[in-house]
Amino acid sequence: MNRRLAAAGISGLLIASLTLAGCGQRSAEPTAGATQGGGKKIAKIGLIAPLSGGLSAMGAGMRNSVDLAVKQANESGAIPGWELQFVSEDDQASPDAGKNAATKLTGDKDVVGVVGPLNSSVGQAIQPIFESAGIALVSPANTNPSLTKGADLANPKRAYTTYFRTCTTDDVQGPFAAKYLLDQGIKQVATINDKKAYGQGLASAFATAFKASGGDVVGEETINPDDKDFSAVISKVKAAGPAAVYYGGEYPQAGPLSQQMKAAGLNVPLMGGDGIFDPAFIELAGATSNGDLATSVGAPAESLASAKAFLDAYGKGGYKESYGAYGMYSYDAAQSIIEALKVSLKDAKDATSARKGTVEALGKVSFNGASGAVAFNEFGDSKARVLTVYKVEGGAWKADKTEDFK
Amino acid sequence: MDLFIQQLINGLSLGALYALIAVGYTVVYGIVQLINFAHGEVFMMGAFGAYTTWMLMGSPTKVSVGFALGIMLPAMILGGVLVSVVTALLMERFAYRPLRNAPRLAPLISAIGLSIALQEAVRLFYGRIPGFPDSRRAIPFPVIEGLTGRSLQLGGVTIQFSAIFTLGALFVCATVLWWFVNKTRMGRAMQATSQDADTARLMGINVDRAIATAFAVGAALAAVAGVAHGLRYNNIDFQMGFMAGMKAFTAAVLGGIGNINGAVVGGLVLGVVEAMATTYIPGQFGSSAWKDVWAFAILILVLVFRPQGLLGAKVVDRA
Repeated sequence: MNRRLAAAGISGLLIASLTLAGCGQRSAEPTAGATQGGGKKIAKIGLIAPLSGGLSAMGAGMRNSVDLAVKQANESGAIPGWELQFVSEDDQASPDAGKNAATKLTGDKDVVGVVGPLNSSVGQAIQPIFESAGIALVSPANTNPSLTKGADLANPKRAYTTYFRTCTTDDVQGPFAAKYLLDQGIKQVATINDKKAYGQGLASAFATAFKASGGDVVGEETINPDDKDFSAVISKVKAAGPAAVYYGGEYPQAGPLSQQMKAAGLNVPLMGGDGIFDPAFIELAGATSNGDLATSVGAPAESLASAKAFLDAYGKGGYKESYGAYGMYSYDAAQSIIEALKVSLKDAKDATSARKGTVEALGKVSFNGASGAVAFNEFGDSKARVLTVYKVEGGAWKADKTEDFK
Repeated sequence: MDLFIQQLINGLSLGALYALIAVGYTVVYGIVQLINFAHGEVFMMGAFGAYTTWMLMGSPTKVSVGFALGIMLPAMILGGVLVSVVTALLMERFAYRPLRNAPRLAPLISAIGLSIALQEAVRLFYGRIPGFPDSRRAIPFPVIEGLTGRSLQLGGVTIQFSAIFTLGALFVCATVLWWFVNKTRMGRAMQATSQDADTARLMGINVDRAIATAFAVGAALAAVAGVAHGLRYNNIDFQMGFMAGMKAFTAAVLGGIGNINGAVVGGLVLGVVEAMATTYIPGQFGSSAWKDVWAFAILILVLVFRPQGLLGAKVVDRA
């Protein structure tokens, strides 16, 4: 009897903790707009982003920014006769969870456009799902070039007609970082990547450009995304004598990597892409991260006149989390969908029938967003190629150099 | 040569961390033949216990070296040990003891359930306590003045203070454990229980208490490992127990599960293999991403040619 009681107690605890886990995630989501307005037709804008796990800091900024765009569109009555609603799904930064989220969104007959995801690997997994459903997917953060141009970059061919993005790509970001380091007089660099679609693509784009411009890549290493101990790989890299380390990957590994590098006596800057450009990187890397570098898409939000309205509205929105590295691009991605909906929903009788028109209209949008001019080229890529190098100074990211990269 | 010594030190200090956790697997297995898959979470609880102790001390940041090493660090270790030991004792009492005479599979499933429950408990509740950081992400571990980020430079070799701490902790813990198991009444009671629990009970040994002690001893070492992990990597997270637990379990099997010396040797071997493979295996197979492959390849080789593990089972008979 005693044994049974204990077993029952433990399984009860387990069930309770699982239920709580569910509630915990749901209660954190803001909901856009009021409940259904009088007699208006409903169209939904979805979001797929990591809302839990290591990358949730970035995901929350994306969610809040899209939420803001949808709220503003409803308030200003951007699309007469229609009420926009916002639905967000958690992809946990994993392709499998992303597929489930995508299937759930495509199964909702009211969804006309989706913003996301954050990770290129998730993007790869969910592109076909949205393609077959004919729903527009606009990523504010996928930077892997093959997502738009297909696997063979030498002969680019549009991979999915429903996929767009508002950020620049790694084939721009990697070379931009290479140029920056060479301009600083740094000729010897070792690269490390986490073998994920994003990290590998970024590191190889960087290495190719760095070598082409006369730099020397003294070591090319990989790590596992779930590693915590980098001492062995750091010692190996240190022996090669680089003047900087270029890391392809995201901040949950990059922060500890930077910290362990400095602790092991490898006192050179760590440079990465937009995946490490987050305050959490500095938190994890500690005080020795001063001088570390990151490139990110576009100009810093604070420096742009166009972003001021977004920043003000975000501040007034009462969101708990920062808009993060991709807030501005998520806001613009949502805006571009809303611009397209202005065309496609005008004469549509319901949301489902407007999907095709939305994708077509999206290819032609052109407006001034928070990040600057927003428009897509024939591959669905953003026409903007503005990038910024950020540097850690006194425990915060400071913009170092913004350039329109050719 | 410098690189070789550097990797040896990297490997040994990583291995020492594995070994500290592995001893917990081995002691428990030696006495009740249970693979306690929730042991990695006991390690995680130890790290969070140490962090909580630091928070309760008012999260002191700019303190003197003497205060940091003389009061803060010992208090944090003590706090971590307390949390881990209590967790392990509750675990033993409510999840394993009721299942002691059940089929082998039942406590194993109970262990896996517990490991998930503990992770979720930390993920859900830790960040909710006012003033405590969000536990869904990695939490920066407190800086211990005079230890964090400091290192010795010997020629071309860098020895971090955190590595010295980990190796020193393993040495002290292993010595104390050896003394405890061989020289104290309770230690001998544990050995007797591991040989034959029923006969030991007939001889007047409190078997329940001996088993609980084994859990507590393993948990205390895991908590020290938790602090060492925090000092070494400067951050802790609720998922840290899983991979560390896997590696420690591997180390315990490599050394011969049930054997305390074996767990120490197995941990060190595993750490050194990982570090050396990264440097000395040529081509892409030598990249850091492959280090786990080589570690497990060594494990398979050892198990094929020496199924009882490197040191066999000498401390306990039944392993």
